[in-house]
Amino acid sequence: MMKKLFMAVTAVVLTASCGGGGASDGGASGEGKTTLTYALWDDVQQGAYQQCADAFQKANPDITIKITQNAWDQYWQSLTTQMVSGDAPDVITMQASFYPQFVKNGQLLDIQPMVTADKVDLTQYWPGLAESWVKDGKRYGLPKDWDTMAIIYNVKQAKEAGVDLTDLTWNPKDGGTFEDALAKLTVDTAGKRGDEPGFDKTKIAVYGYAPELNDGSLGQNSWGNLAVSNGFSYIDKNPFGTKYFYDDPKLVETAAWFKTIADKGYTPSYDKTSSLGTDAVLTSGKAALGVTGSWMIKTYLEATEQEFAFAPLPAGPLGRKSSFNGLADVIYAGTEHKDAAWKWVKFLGSTDCQNIVADNAVVFPAITSATERVLAAHEKAGREVQLFVDQAKAENGTFLLPVSDHADEINQIMGTAFDEIWLGQKDAKTSLTAANQQVNSLLAGG
Amino acid sequence: MGFLAPVCLAFAVFYLYPAIRGAWYSLTDWNLLSEPTFVGLDNYATLVSDPLFWNALKVTGYYVVLTIALQIVGGLGLAALLHRLTRSLLIRSLLLVPWLVPSVTTALLWMWLLDANLGFFNHVLRGVGLDNQGFLTSPDLALPSVAVINAWSGVGYTALLLYAGMLLIPPQIYEAAAIDGTGEVRQFFSITMPLLRPILAFVLVVSLIGSFQLFDTIAVTTKGGPVNATRVVYFYIYEQAFTHFKMGYASALALSLVLILGVLTFIQLRLLRASTSDLT
Repeated sequence: MMKKLFMAVTAVVLTASCGGGGASDGGASGEGKTTLTYALWDDVQQGAYQQCADAFQKANPDITIKITQNAWDQYWQSLTTQMVSGDAPDVITMQASFYPQFVKNGQLLDIQPMVTADKVDLTQYWPGLAESWVKDGKRYGLPKDWDTMAIIYNVKQAKEAGVDLTDLTWNPKDGGTFEDALAKLTVDTAGKRGDEPGFDKTKIAVYGYAPELNDGSLGQNSWGNLAVSNGFSYIDKNPFGTKYFYDDPKLVETAAWFKTIADKGYTPSYDKTSSLGTDAVLTSGKAALGVTGSWMIKTYLEATEQEFAFAPLPAGPLGRKSSFNGLADVIYAGTEHKDAAWKWVKFLGSTDCQNIVADNAVVFPAITSATERVLAAHEKAGREVQLFVDQAKAENGTFLLPVSDHADEINQIMGTAFDEIWLGQKDAKTSLTAANQQVNSLLAGG
Repeated sequence: MGFLAPVCLAFAVFYLYPAIRGAWYSLTDWNLLSEPTFVGLDNYATLVSDPLFWNALKVTGYYVVLTIALQIVGGLGLAALLHRLTRSLLIRSLLLVPWLVPSVTTALLWMWLLDANLGFFNHVLRGVGLDNQGFLTSPDLALPSVAVINAWSGVGYTALLLYAGMLLIPPQIYEAAAIDGTGEVRQFFSITMPLLRPILAFVLVVSLIGSFQLFDTIAVTTKGGPVNATRVVYFYIYEQAFTHFKMGYASALALSLVLILGVLTFIQLRLLRASTSDLT
C-alpha cells in the first residue's frame, strides 16, 4: 500500500520533471542502418580497435560502430548506471573478475547458441581463456587478449649493482637469489649497498624494489605470483568456486616475507610508499625494480627518463608462476541489435581483427596464431618482450586469477587485511585467517 | 507566492523527491539492477552493528574537529589582519585563490607535493636531514594531512566571511576602546569576538556541514585507506552505493547522516544564540 502510494507520487513528479521523455532512440538512424556502441577503457588500445571497426564497417556497410572510452575507474560505474537506465553499450569490454555480478543481475547475453550455430572455433584461443567466460553452461564472452607478468628493471642501476636478473630464484625462508639481488640493488644515501657493512636502512637513496602492495584480493602485481609459486591456490574451483584459501600457510609465509624485505630497507616501508604508482617511482629512478604486466610494455620501454628492460619472474619452490589473465567482449542483454552485436563480437574474436590488434603491438591477442605477429611488431620496434610469451607457453607456468561472486567486496576485505600486515598492525596469520573467514561467509551467504 | 514557484518546483524535483525516494530505498534491498525488495528496518539494524559505519563516524568526527579548528583559527587571524591592518583588495582577492581551484585539482596537487617517495615536501625534509614521512600513506598522518589540505583551500573563504562580519561592527566602539587605552589583542577578544558571534555561528554551521561532506579529497588521495584510517562517512556511503551497489544500505547510511547533521546544527544554533546579536 505504502509502496503504491509512493509510486503514484513519484509517477506524477517524474512526468512533470522529464515531460514524459525517456523513449530510447536505440541508436537506429536512417533505413536499415544500425549503430552499435562498443565500450573500452584503455585509450592506448582505442586506435587498434578503431582499425578493426573500419574493417568491419567495410564488410558490413549497414552497421556503424561507435567506440566509447572511459578510464578504468569510471568505466564500471558508468556501465552500471547505463544499465540501470537501460542504455548500456551494445558490446562491452569485460574483465573476468567483474563479469559475475553482471551475470547475476541478468545483464549479459548468453552467446552459446550463436557460438554453436556459427561453429566458432574455440580452440583457436590460448588454452584456458575461453572457459573463464562460462557459467552454468552459458557462455558470456569471446576472448580478446591475455597478459602475463614479469620483472621490470632499470638497466643502468642493475649494471652498477652487478646483478644478473635473468634467472632468479625465490623462497619465503631466505628470499633466494631474488632477495640477494634486491640487497645489491638497494643503495643508501652514503652509497652503501644493502649487502655491505655499514648500510643504513633508514636513509635509502634507491630502493631495490618498489612492490605494488596495495593490490586487493588478487595480488597480480605483487604477492600473488610468488605465493602461487610457493604452492598457494586462491580458490577451490575456478571459475566460480565457493571457498577461498587466503589462510593457507603458503600465502601467510609469502606475505610475511614481503614484510621482512621492507623491514630490511629493500622496499619502502608501506606507510611511506608512494601513492603515485610503481611506474612513477621507477621512472624517477628511486627504485631499481618492479613487477608488472605485459599491458605496460610500451609505457616502460618507450620511457625516455630511464632505460628499462624485462626479466622473468623469480622461480619459486614450485617453479616460475605468472598470473594469466584475459579480457573478453560481451553483449549487453538489453541491446536492441542482438544480431549485429553478435556479428561484431564474432569479428572482434576472429583472426581478421586480432591480427590488426597484433600489428599495433599494444596487447597480446587471444588467438594463438596472432602471437607471432605481435612479437614481430615488437621486434621491428626494438622491444624485447619474448619472455611474456615464453612464460605463457611454459608448462604449468601460469595460473588463472580467481573468478567468483562478491568480487568487489572480497577485494576490499583482502585489501584491508593485507594493509594491516604491511603496516605491522597484525601478523600475516592472524590477519589472513580472519579475512578468509569473512570472505567465505560472504560466499556461503549466496 | 507566484515568485517562489520556480524555486519550489526545483526544490521539489531535485531535493524533496530524491529525499523521499532515498527514504524509501533505505527500507529496501536494491542493487540498482534488480527490483528493490522491501526489507523493513533491516538496513538500520545492519548499520547499528556495522563496525565500519562507527569507524566512519569516528574518523569523520576527528576530521571535522581538525579542519574546523584550523579553518576558524586561521580564518579569524586572517580576517582580523585584513580588518585592522590592511584593506587591500588585492590581498583579499589572493586569499580566495586556493578556494577557487577545483577541489580535485587541489587534491591532485597536494598528492604530488606530499608523496612519500617523490613529493616536494619530503625532498625538503630529507634535504635538512630529517626522515621522509608518509603524509598520505601512514595511518597516523593521512587524516590530519587531508584536514590541512582542505583547511588550506577553505581558509580564505572563511576569512572573507568573518571579515565581512567584522565590517558590521561600528568603528566607534574600537575608537572608544582605544581612547581608554585598550590594546589590539584585548580589543579582539573583548569587542570583535563577542560582536562577531552570529557570523561565527553561521560560519561554524556551514563549515561543519561542509566538512561532514568530505569526499573528493579522499577519493583522489587516500581512497579510504590505509586500513580505514580515512574512510569518512561520505566516502563509505559512496562505496556502498557505487562500488558494492548496496543502494538500500547506502540510503540508510545517508539518512542517518541527515539525522546526525540536523541534531548537531540545532544544538550549535541554540548554544550560539545565532539569531540574536549583542549589538542591539
